Amino acid sequence: MIPEIGHFALWLAAAAALLQAVAPTVGLWRNDAGLQRLAVPAAVAQGLFTALAFAALTWAFVVSDFSVKLVAANSHSMKPDMYRFTGVWANHEGSLLLWVLVMALAGLAIAFTPATLGSRFRDRVLSVQGLVALGFFAFLLLASNPFERLSPAPTEGQGLNPLLQDPGLAFHPPLLYAGYVGLSVAFAFAVGGMLENRVGPAWARATRPWVLGAWALLTLGIALGSYWAYYELGWGGWWFWDPVENAALMPWLAATALLHSLVVVMKRDALRAWTLLLAVAAFSLSMMGTFIVRSGLLTSVHAFAVDPARGLFLVVLMALYIGGALTIYALAAGRVAEGRQFHLVSRESVLVANNLLISAILGVVFLGTLYPMALEAATGTQISVGPPYFNRTTLPLLLAMTALMAVGPFLGWKRSGTGHLAARLLPAGAAAAVFVLVAAWPFGVRGVGWLLGFGAAAWLGAASLSMLLRKGVTLAIAGMALAHLGVAISILGATASGALQREALVALRVGDAVELGPWRAELLDVRPVAGPNWTAIEAQLEVKREGHRGAVLKPQSRMFVAPAQETTESGRAGWRTGELYAVLGKPDGSGRWQVHLWVKPMVRLIWWGGLLMAFGGLLALGGKLRAFAPHKWRRQLARPAQGAA
Amino acid sequence: MAVARPRKQQRLVLALVALAVLAAAGVIAMFALEDTAAYFRAPADIEANPPAPGETFRLGGLVKPGSVGRSDDGLTLLFTVTDMKAETSASYRGLVPDLFREGQGVIATGRLDASGHFEAEQLLAKHDENYMPPEVAKALEGTGHPMDKTAAKGG
Repeated sequence: MIPEIGHFALWLAAAAALLQAVAPTVGLWRNDAGLQRLAVPAAVAQGLFTALAFAALTWAFVVSDFSVKLVAANSHSMKPDMYRFTGVWANHEGSLLLWVLVMALAGLAIAFTPATLGSRFRDRVLSVQGLVALGFFAFLLLASNPFERLSPAPTEGQGLNPLLQDPGLAFHPPLLYAGYVGLSVAFAFAVGGMLENRVGPAWARATRPWVLGAWALLTLGIALGSYWAYYELGWGGWWFWDPVENAALMPWLAATALLHSLVVVMKRDALRAWTLLLAVAAFSLSMMGTFIVRSGLLTSVHAFAVDPARGLFLVVLMALYIGGALTIYALAAGRVAEGRQFHLVSRESVLVANNLLISAILGVVFLGTLYPMALEAATGTQISVGPPYFNRTTLPLLLAMTALMAVGPFLGWKRSGTGHLAARLLPAGAAAAVFVLVAAWPFGVRGVGWLLGFGAAAWLGAASLSMLLRKGVTLAIAGMALAHLGVAISILGATASGALQREALVALRVGDAVELGPWRAELLDVRPVAGPNWTAIEAQLEVKREGHRGAVLKPQSRMFVAPAQETTESGRAGWRTGELYAVLGKPDGSGRWQVHLWVKPMVRLIWWGGLLMAFGGLLALGGKLRAFAPHKWRRQLARPAQGAA
Repeated sequence: MAVARPRKQQRLVLALVALAVLAAAGVIAMFALEDTAAYFRAPADIEANPPAPGETFRLGGLVKPGSVGRSDDGLTLLFTVTDMKAETSASYRGLVPDLFREGQGVIATGRLDASGHFEAEQLLAKHDENYMPPEVAKALEGTGHPMDKTAAKGG
């Protein structure tokens, strides 16, 4: 009964989305205020019914109602409680339901935050949101019904892929989806701005909080996904340039560029057309991400959730939305007058340069991700494009970007002298020199690429710190500086863990030891252990060095009951900001166990940097919501709003 | 007039610079693609048209039943990849993915040595026992290997 209620609620939510899309559009066209005003109640209805549908599916998973096909295919009565709940979105239908839920909640947020651009604009944005949501409802109801029943109901489910039975599943997909959906709001603002001819500083100020929020959530989602892949997949890496990772990286890059170009619109009323294009691109890439993950066109670490037939539906949906938005863009581009001109040495020109570099990174990632698919479709030749391509193309661009990121914030708007610049960048230059020298001599790092990485991290880190320590720092500036500092910290982590990593692949008997630079690892024991729905063989590997009390790593080889599947669990221990990381392999038949051991200095900085970036974004967002800020901050926050804008 | 001209000029210069940067990135990217793209080959492709020793490519097919062995160092895996038409002997030094099985699909990235033996640097970790990499499924089509359509779908 409850699944039927959920199914019915989903149809009602779709109807509400239809109303939300059509009523305000007709109302605005015919000047019928009554119709236009239906936008907000329709958004409320859509939110409530979608929440009801999601609750019904969650209930079916939690009580293991195997008469629901989706539950039978993806759950199991022995599955731990937490994964019964998160298992709701660990499959195609459920994750799409989560997508529309987040989208409906975003609609509610638009309806109930102050409409700074007037109720007419708000209703226009809601109608665009409704239209986008409608397509996803159609996809759910017509091609991926999550509430489909099985008769007769099986007595047991097939279980959830063990790799997904991890706390990471609770946060990674919802964060990414919240980010994607936040970008759908930016998309709706862009389309609304074009239709209402409102693109300008006020529009940018209203759009930016949504982009900031979406960007921060995407950053968190990607950082978490990277960490999850790092400890779960047991390959010792943290970014694989896998197509599905790229699918999440591309909207993030577009959102990053959008975040910065919106500031130029806000402060200088320039770059309007480019900013609109980025807003359309960011959401289009989000949809493409979903399409890539769901279509199964690619051999990928995410290839557990594939179904090509549904891919076609998503392609058509995406073509309609992107095509529609680009048509409006082409029609409105003439009306979107270009803003003011700017001087070569100014903050806006550095922002333009960085936008260009981000777009170039986006372009090469796009090419590397989609070229294999296009080539296969055209010629039947199958190729794979991997880390060698992506590293060679993106890293030089990233380096140039890092160099500019340190400079931009020290320049003024409009026209800036270069006199103070050298003095302000002196600490950054000194820090970079020190880092490169220390890496090269005491640590013996060779290789220009690695040394440039250390230098870039120090350069940007020191510049961001000195930005933070300047007088009169507003929340927005602090957020920016912290986010940039986060980038520097991530670069440091990636560089150090790569350049200074030590690795050993050995076959050990119990009692054997292996030397790894200053470290010594001894295999103490190998024994069976058991968990709620798995059994495992666990190794105890003691790793120590002089002046370090040592740690016992416990890598496991797990055998899950349902579905019957083996997984490898890495054994890890922290060491300063780095990690000791071990993976247990198979016995070799003569009493030896294969062990892969890594020492990865500073590797945790990669994710700490990501967290700091997201925190910086949220802090800047907090600056926007100054109505909620304590009195003391509010005065400080009011200053830039009166001054620069 | 004096104001309008530099503005137009500036837009032109900006557009040209943007175009130049993107074009340069595009050219570099195409060269990098040319250099680094790994072609997919089944054993029959290698037999018909052997790649140069040292070229990195992806070898795909089934792990031939009974072919899996281990060398004396306890770390190097020896196996044979088959597509039912031809076979390629391969080795891999490292931990074997959980789902590596005799009779199952496999994709290995690596290169041929002078004797035609394939040295793998990476074995694709498949994440579902029912999952067949699309390339492998395609290579096996028409070779008479029974393929369960529903099993290839995955979770």
